[in-house]
Amino acid sequence: MKDRGRFIWLLVYLLVLLLPIYWMLNMSLRDNNDIMSRLAFFPDHPVLHNYIEILTDPSWYWGYINSFAYVSINTAICLVVALPAAYAFSRYRFLGDKHLFFWLLTNRMAPAAVFLLPVFQLYSALGLLDTYIAVALAHTLFNVPLAVWILEGFMSGVPREIDETAFIDGYSLPRFFLVVFIPLIRAGVGVTAFFCFMFSWVELLFARTLTVTNAKPIAVVMTRTVSASGLDWGLLAAAGMLTIVPGALVIYFVRNYIAKGFALGRV
Amino acid sequence: MQKWQNQRAWFLVIPVVVLVAFNALIPLMTVVNYSVQDIFDPTHRIFVGTEWYQEMLLNSRLQHALLRQLIFSGLVLLIELPLGVAIALTMPRRGGWAISATLVIIALPLLIPWNVIGTIWVIFLRPDVGLLGHFIDHTLGIHFDYPTVPLQAWISVMMMEVWHWTPLVVLLAYAGLRSIPDAYYQAASIDAASRWAVFRYIELPKMRGVLTIAVLLRFMDSFLIYTEPFVLTGGGPGDATTFLSIYLVKLAVGEFDVGKAAAFSIIYFLIVLLFSYVFYQVLLRAQRGEVR
Repeated sequence: MKDRGRFIWLLVYLLVLLLPIYWMLNMSLRDNNDIMSRLAFFPDHPVLHNYIEILTDPSWYWGYINSFAYVSINTAICLVVALPAAYAFSRYRFLGDKHLFFWLLTNRMAPAAVFLLPVFQLYSALGLLDTYIAVALAHTLFNVPLAVWILEGFMSGVPREIDETAFIDGYSLPRFFLVVFIPLIRAGVGVTAFFCFMFSWVELLFARTLTVTNAKPIAVVMTRTVSASGLDWGLLAAAGMLTIVPGALVIYFVRNYIAKGFALGRV
Repeated sequence: MQKWQNQRAWFLVIPVVVLVAFNALIPLMTVVNYSVQDIFDPTHRIFVGTEWYQEMLLNSRLQHALLRQLIFSGLVLLIELPLGVAIALTMPRRGGWAISATLVIIALPLLIPWNVIGTIWVIFLRPDVGLLGHFIDHTLGIHFDYPTVPLQAWISVMMMEVWHWTPLVVLLAYAGLRSIPDAYYQAASIDAASRWAVFRYIELPKMRGVLTIAVLLRFMDSFLIYTEPFVLTGGGPGDATTFLSIYLVKLAVGEFDVGKAAAFSIIYFLIVLLFSYVFYQVLLRAQRGEVR
């Protein structure tokens, strides 16, 4: 009986959590006249034309492609540079290691607004404005420290004897790292990739500042299109729904690790 | 764990250092450079020393934004922490697909782009087309107009923030709860411990590490909040929901006051740095505590 009471509260919370999202889904399935004329909890005549418009209009769907492009590049860069660094932090003591680690962390906590103007000037001076690589690089500011932090946690969970045995067996450091070590911490690599994906996907300030047309992410397309053409609630809601889909898919793949990833507290 | 002493480990760290230095140090130096100059146009600039700093520190709008920011972050902690722990306690500790599905749903708000979070709540709170807005305005009969009434704007931003980030606290607290071995609970039931005693003497101490992290993460991230309130209220009505980041962007982009904005940036950054340092120390201590 006591358990049932607990589950009811949990269920209530989940419903409250889903309600705003459901409301957006509801709106995305109705056309604008219908939305403005009355309040309906269920769409009586569900229409898909909001989604069809987004998926057939290049100025909309390129937003998604752009977002995916820079998020993927960002995740790849973060993993490649963070893996060796995390290994160094978890296995070696070297001059200034603690200070370096703290300095990296401060960048995870730096307000993006502080860096906005100079980052814009920096990338425009390099001629990188409006490219995927610019947004991907800018997002490494907060994602690389995060990746190092998460990976270091997972790597420290692997006993050092494994390294020692492998070196005695004649493995070189790079070969040991690629053949033995990375497979051992693949869950950690997955969780790290998930968090890099997540934070790059949700960030808007840098993405908006560094793009004009060619690399404009979907979240920005939404803001600008809406302000330009008045308010088409149905279209806006459909675009919003489509930004939730990738996150939901990714989270499904890491569902068994997610609690553990958060547990390391290295978000 | 005992670590090897090896200076060559620096070679493994160099790529990270170069990348982050490129993104952080160059922009930071640029900001420092701007903060001590009065710039009319690219060819006319005067060195003004600490004038901008003095002006910004005495600026009442900045002081008010800082005060609002501290109140906001404090409220975030007061609401989200107990709520998150309470929800984590209702979740079953074992279970198959149901627990996976619950975790996926709970994590969902964390993966929505921040401006879409704002958009969701704009839609949800509209008195004409939004469910909650309509409910408050028509069913409860309270005139609801959050863009013009400061108190309602605050409540709206808080609701959005609690909806958005409580899941993070839940996930952290749940991870802490799951690490408690069953034997602890069995021992408690043999001793006929009350539910409160189990929470106070078993669950809470075991969650201490993750909860420390939750407190600090929520404090830090709410301190930097920009996009969601910007989309929902635009910092208004007036300055009622103008937090530090929103004011900074207003100053830098809106009024194009580069010198002042740069000085503000440095002050803001130093405040954040101070908190980060405290954060790091507390975290190290918490980890050391767990090892013991």
